[in-house]
Amino acid sequence: MDRLSLLFADIGKLLGRYGGAYLAGVRNTLVLALAATFIGCLIGFLCGILQTIPCAKSDHPVKKILLGLLRVIIRVYVEVFRGTPMVLQAVFIYYGLPYFTNNALRFTSVWAAALLVVSINTGAYMAESVRGGIISIDPGQTEGAKAIGMTHVQTMTSVILPQALRNILPQIGNNFIINIKDTSVMFIISFTEFFAVHRAAVGATYLYFPSATVEMIGYLCMTLAASFLLRALERKLDGDESYELVQADALTMTAGTYNYPDRGSPFDERNPEAVKSMMRESLRRQAEQDEAVRQGQRAERRRETGPSENGNRKGER
Amino acid sequence: MSDPILQVNHLSKSFGSNLVLRDIDFTVNTGDVISIIGASGSGKSTLLRCINLLETPTSGEILYHGRNILSRGVNQAEYRSHVGMVFQSFNLFNNMTVLENCVAGQVRVLKRGREEARTHAMEYLEKVGMAPYVNARPRQISGGQKQRVAIARALAMDPEVLLFDEPTSALDPEMVGEVLSVMKTLAESGMTMLVVTHEMAFARDVSRRVVYMNDGVICEQGSPEEIFGHPKKQETVDFLARFRS
Repeated sequence: MDRLSLLFADIGKLLGRYGGAYLAGVRNTLVLALAATFIGCLIGFLCGILQTIPCAKSDHPVKKILLGLLRVIIRVYVEVFRGTPMVLQAVFIYYGLPYFTNNALRFTSVWAAALLVVSINTGAYMAESVRGGIISIDPGQTEGAKAIGMTHVQTMTSVILPQALRNILPQIGNNFIINIKDTSVMFIISFTEFFAVHRAAVGATYLYFPSATVEMIGYLCMTLAASFLLRALERKLDGDESYELVQADALTMTAGTYNYPDRGSPFDERNPEAVKSMMRESLRRQAEQDEAVRQGQRAERRRETGPSENGNRKGER
Repeated sequence: MSDPILQVNHLSKSFGSNLVLRDIDFTVNTGDVISIIGASGSGKSTLLRCINLLETPTSGEILYHGRNILSRGVNQAEYRSHVGMVFQSFNLFNNMTVLENCVAGQVRVLKRGREEARTHAMEYLEKVGMAPYVNARPRQISGGQKQRVAIARALAMDPEVLLFDEPTSALDPEMVGEVLSVMKTLAESGMTMLVVTHEMAFARDVSRRVVYMNDGVICEQGSPEEIFGHPKKQETVDFLARFRS
């Protein structure tokens, strides 16, 4: 009990002195993770789409060479950035740029450097996820789109990618949560995210465990919120489980499209007369119900107002 | 008679060393309703898929209003928008509702306005009896309903000719009827149709020309009476006998 109250006291002390810094750290972490995941997804989608451009034997040789080259470049990018630690990539890029340009070029903002590193790292992972997402879509979907005259780009944007996006949404969520945590290595290029605040705070106070507790809770809160939001987004993308039959609407919307109002269209499978009589029937039933309700209301009113005719109205009210 | 919509000359297709179509000659005129019958693996579906360029023919030419669509520089997507296709496995877009399925092609390919496309789509959905289900998604409706939506989707593009690739083969028996009756009335309305089918009754009663394919070649073709009543080739007789038994 003593220890616990000591912990709370220490945490209180930390928050009192560094509360604003912790909050700023949380903000920086979230902004960096969100922006990097977004840009990483764009990179991933671009790579995934470029990698799945169909290449037929009969295509022009220049196109084949270009596509081949493109695939090799993407392959190398994915393998390099997936196969090395992000801490190293950060150091490599942040210090590599001034080194190679003899200090002519350097990152003026640590934000830009951190965003670049985390984005291309995420992009490397997403490229594979997107490629997987695209090839997991039934080829019949592509054929269906091609058969109505869609080009490759149209097929991709209206049919394949929306379905692929839904399939890889859990992967995007994964990457977002990984980024929330892994941006902590950006302290190496002195980016002040959430974990960097911990390093600063314990450097001054030596309260290692209480600060770590704050960090643990902080990170968990961020990732839990992210999980929750992503699940909600998935449910939204899935659409309704049920659907509305729109018999009445459908008929009014197409009023006048029949060439022969009485006979129906030449190849209407169901007899339109039957549909119409069904509609009339349901309307009549509705009217009957309405009438019944109205009669019931009238009867009730009569019962209510009945006594009033005997002069009891004021008493009732 | 006006010029043929489609003329297939010396068409061949091979998958690796496997020659699936050999030297096919074939003409489709306006208003034709042609059934292509034959055993599995005889090349019926491949012929249809070659006509829609879903497969690239190995050699030969396909003339669309006299223009070879296999030559370089022909806009294949534009050609496909004039030739509708209905698949055995429906291939409805799973990310869209029934109505969006019929609207997407019109808006993106034909550049129609959304409202116009919607009205047009509703007209055909009405005709195939799927108007009440416009808000449903493909996973929520039955196979026969999916196929009727697929027919409406193809029709909404106002194609000149409609290709059917075994449209009832993936359906439960009780759903075959609803699709065939739509196709029958469609044929009666004057639509030019090319139907690969195993439904012999449909081929006999609805089509105006029957093509019997065997082993990658057109073995025999003629009116339904000729093919079903007086087949000339022994292969045709054998094939039809297998269906009767």
